[in-house]
Amino acid sequence: MGSVRRHVQIDRDPDTVWKLVGDLARQHDWFPLTTCRVEGKKRWITLPSGIVFEEDIITHDHSLRRFQYRIVGNPAITSHLGTCDVLDDGHGGSIVVYSTDMEPEALALVIAGAAGEGLHKLKTMMEAA
Amino acid sequence: MGRKILFITTDQQRYDALGCNGGQIARTPVIDELARTGIVYDRAHPQNVVCMPSRSTMLTGQHVSTHGVWMNGVPLANDAPSIASDLRRSGYRTALIGKAHFEPFIDPFLRFAENRIGSGGLETELSIGEDGLPAPHRGFEHFSLATHGGTGPFHYARWLREKNPAAAAMFFQVLDQQLQVNAAGGGETNAPQVKHNDIQRELYHTEWVADQTINWLSSLPADADWFCWMSFPDPHHPWDPPKSELGRVNWRDLDVPRGYIEDATERERVLDSKPRHWRMWYDGTFVSNYEAPSKWVPKTLTADNVREVNAMAHIENELIDEAIGRVMTSITARGWGDDLDVLYTTDHGELQGDYGLLFKGPYHVDSLMRLPLIWRPAKSANVAPARVAAPVGLVSLASTFASIAGLQRPDYTESERLPLNDDDARLLGHERVLTEWDSVLFGKIVGARTICRDGWVCTAMLPGTVHDGTEGELYDLANDPLQRNNLWSSSQHVAQRDALLDDMWSSLPTRVLPLRACDAPV
Repeated sequence: MGSVRRHVQIDRDPDTVWKLVGDLARQHDWFPLTTCRVEGKKRWITLPSGIVFEEDIITHDHSLRRFQYRIVGNPAITSHLGTCDVLDDGHGGSIVVYSTDMEPEALALVIAGAAGEGLHKLKTMMEAA
Repeated sequence: MGRKILFITTDQQRYDALGCNGGQIARTPVIDELARTGIVYDRAHPQNVVCMPSRSTMLTGQHVSTHGVWMNGVPLANDAPSIASDLRRSGYRTALIGKAHFEPFIDPFLRFAENRIGSGGLETELSIGEDGLPAPHRGFEHFSLATHGGTGPFHYARWLREKNPAAAAMFFQVLDQQLQVNAAGGGETNAPQVKHNDIQRELYHTEWVADQTINWLSSLPADADWFCWMSFPDPHHPWDPPKSELGRVNWRDLDVPRGYIEDATERERVLDSKPRHWRMWYDGTFVSNYEAPSKWVPKTLTADNVREVNAMAHIENELIDEAIGRVMTSITARGWGDDLDVLYTTDHGELQGDYGLLFKGPYHVDSLMRLPLIWRPAKSANVAPARVAAPVGLVSLASTFASIAGLQRPDYTESERLPLNDDDARLLGHERVLTEWDSVLFGKIVGARTICRDGWVCTAMLPGTVHDGTEGELYDLANDPLQRNNLWSSSQHVAQRDALLDDMWSSLPTRVLPLRACDAPV
């Protein structure tokens, strides 16, 4: 199992950050995706290469500020759990943590790379607003 | 008009692959002629023994600790310095044709320019360079990109699909269903990563790289100065040259290479004398890096496997030599022959059966570190042919390109240009060459630092998952050319070892922190 984690500190309060991160249909605003479509407990994301991932939304907890999802229906991906938490950094800002546990493990590194880029963009967007 | 620069690289090629370096199997007359009329470096090392870090060193003239590409999967920063950018700014036309690999291959998010350029069929893309201004990506106005097979987001794969949609499937499938390097065997001995490839020779990537180079050069005006990096993906695994060429070298006719120890007891004794990760990988109990098939156990490698892999590599090397010959003929026909500098090298070596191992990893011995490196200066430069014994590194390439173009050595480079002979090497201070290794693969951490000078190679293993920082390797290259006698713990050699280590630690550049993130396995 490939287990990876990326995080970023953002000088904005957690509720403000969660307003964007917790809007699951808008993840393409900050993550390197082309589109996101949400229907109930399902989401479909399109990658810039044209690949579409179908996802089950496992957790979408506004009080915990946590989002968890699984990529499903893809025979190449035998196991997946993605978790994004927005935490209070104790100084008025936030720490956003994006974790991936996945088989095949090689793909976990790729998603971690995309998460790293996404978190960097998220910080830039939030702190510019 | 100035001097033109043809920079030829192969991928994962050994020093002894070439006739000019004593190779007895592959016929490489074109490269041998470059060697005969140019400068051959007999102790050239990469600064890292996998692709992305080594290629980043070629482009930036920097050690790994400085450019930060510490392992495959770590992208070179878009604004990293590039000698191609300097050459372009000074008026050179610039192209990279073949395998680039400054950025990860596995990229479904299309985060990296190489993959966008290739998948979009573009010539280049504007990036913000080190001067903060938009410019062609890494200084190359033209890319024609390829890698080791017929799939992926590159120009070669697109071209191949148009020529023959079935051709891509004829290559060995580099990755398996779990996206691991494929451990499957093939050929006649079931050797890993070997396949008899039904592809027509004219559709094979070696031919395509040469054709694309000829096409790009044909597009240039006669008075252009140009820098063309012609980068062959072979003889890197998979070993799947066109089946039509297998008659060139019959594996059954080959002796096992000198580095392969046929007696298993002696082989394992040699492995046990090295730092523990050697034997652990051989036994299949510790796989430190992604570049070798994790499901393959080197201990299962047979002498016939070694013969067949070597035969395949020799065939691929002959195809490369002939492809270079075609390019040289076309350059001569353009009237550029007298003003042409050719530099030939590779990014790192290949174990190719040495010590009972294949592929590459944290194994800093000649199999992976001693590289073919040839500089055939332009005839108009009137440089005498030479063989250079002094240690040099690929870190000198960027300064060398600048020197050829009449530019000052760029401030960002960390080594003088390549020497013209051993006297010149002394004047330029080529006393030592350094190689670094760092890998972190899901909690498995391995680090090594190596110095080569005065006929010695000394490697310190850094504290990590299986090393405590006390292990290492010390070899006397003159008396132990196959590096089978590790003197690291020899009481008679402690002073020698410690002097080398002192020099190494004082010569290594300070590591730029924080480390760049690893964004893909390769």
